[in-house]
Amino acid sequence: MKKDDDFMPKILTFLCNWCSYAGADLAGTSRLKYPTSIIPIRVMCSSRVDPLFILKGYLNGADGVLLTGCHPGDCHYQSGNYHTRRRFAVLKKIFENLGLEHERLRLSWISASEGQKYAKITTEFTQKIKELGKNSTGTEIFL
Amino acid sequence: MPINAGKLLSRFTMNGATSEPVAVVLKPCELRAFIELVKLEQGFLENIMFISATCGGVYPLNMVHDGTIDKNLSQYWTAIKKEEIPPNLRPACKACTEFIPYNTDMTINLVGNKTLDSQCEIFIESKKGEELAKDKDIKKKYSEKESKKKNLDNFRGKREAEKKKIFDEITPKLTGMDGLINIFGKCIGCHGCSKVCPICYCKLCEFESSDSEYGPSHYESELRRRGAVRVPPNTLYYHLGRLSHIAISCVGCGSCEDVCPVDIPLSIIFKKIGESVQHMFEYIPGKSITEKIPLTTFKEKELTEIEK
Repeated sequence: MKKDDDFMPKILTFLCNWCSYAGADLAGTSRLKYPTSIIPIRVMCSSRVDPLFILKGYLNGADGVLLTGCHPGDCHYQSGNYHTRRRFAVLKKIFENLGLEHERLRLSWISASEGQKYAKITTEFTQKIKELGKNSTGTEIFL
Repeated sequence: MPINAGKLLSRFTMNGATSEPVAVVLKPCELRAFIELVKLEQGFLENIMFISATCGGVYPLNMVHDGTIDKNLSQYWTAIKKEEIPPNLRPACKACTEFIPYNTDMTINLVGNKTLDSQCEIFIESKKGEELAKDKDIKKKYSEKESKKKNLDNFRGKREAEKKKIFDEITPKLTGMDGLINIFGKCIGCHGCSKVCPICYCKLCEFESSDSEYGPSHYESELRRRGAVRVPPNTLYYHLGRLSHIAISCVGCGSCEDVCPVDIPLSIIFKKIGESVQHMFEYIPGKSITEKIPLTTFKEKELTEIEK
């Protein structure tokens, strides 16, 4: 994997409306700094994210996909994030078994009060993706 | 096997249980597929009586067409009697370790039955089965199912070994983006595998919808970005997407590979990935009607290592 200091990855980020989006908002209003690599998409619940969304992003050249939601037990819809967790685990397992770069996928729980955590996770994840380099699927023809 | 009987039965009972009792003869994998479909609310179990068999496997469809099946059949029954895997079976069958049916009312003893030519041996597995046997005055030999299972350990061992061999063969090819492109690069996008799959039951499929259609502007932007586009596009998205949706319930019936016009080893890929995913939740699709499909349920404390 090539390391490129100028390389700014594109990280597709799904934020749940009730916790993580508010968390990201808090990071903004607290004037915390986080990387410009994040491309946020607000969803009503993390369980709205079909594994297909993650796949589509990954296969169309997103360098990383970050899925965020409320902490287990705090879901606005009672149990949405528990389902998210199982689905994500299954998708990750499929990636591992097919030798795809499962490190490019990440699931994090970020509550509405965790602006700090949001800034920390996005910075960490961006750094990790920078180390991994560009996702080759963006320019792959035979997909 | 271009039609999976489980899928057919789901179509038959879609609107509710049948008004009259119906006996259905089907293979163990088809029965498991039907149980999965019932759990997905695509069929009804009531009033249906299942007759299945300890399954020795199925020959590929083209063997029927080119006429070689007649030659192979005697060989097939000889092998089955001796608890061996007949040669030239479909790969999905060779690697199948779930050849003893679950949830049957009657099971016909085929594998390892030395007296196959002279008499039919039937195991009665439920009250319903017992009633039918009474009515029809079937000459039967009762036997405990558990002892039967033990007797087939030898056969299971052979299938396990064959499965390992087949999986080991495909694993190096099925690794990384390049491997996947090599394997799925042949796909012509007919979507036959999803149409024939018993678990793929959606009437409105994402991959058939207008969302997955490439319009002129989409082609243009793809061309600008990638320099060239393979047609039909989105092949990997389709296959990986299907994997992410159905791997958890894949019964390994091999219908997908039967219909594939370009011979992609789909049944082995789906079986391999499916088993790895099912193993996470110790789930055997179609084994129990009360056990929920893992993706439709959850435990509060589990998989904590997934979140980072």
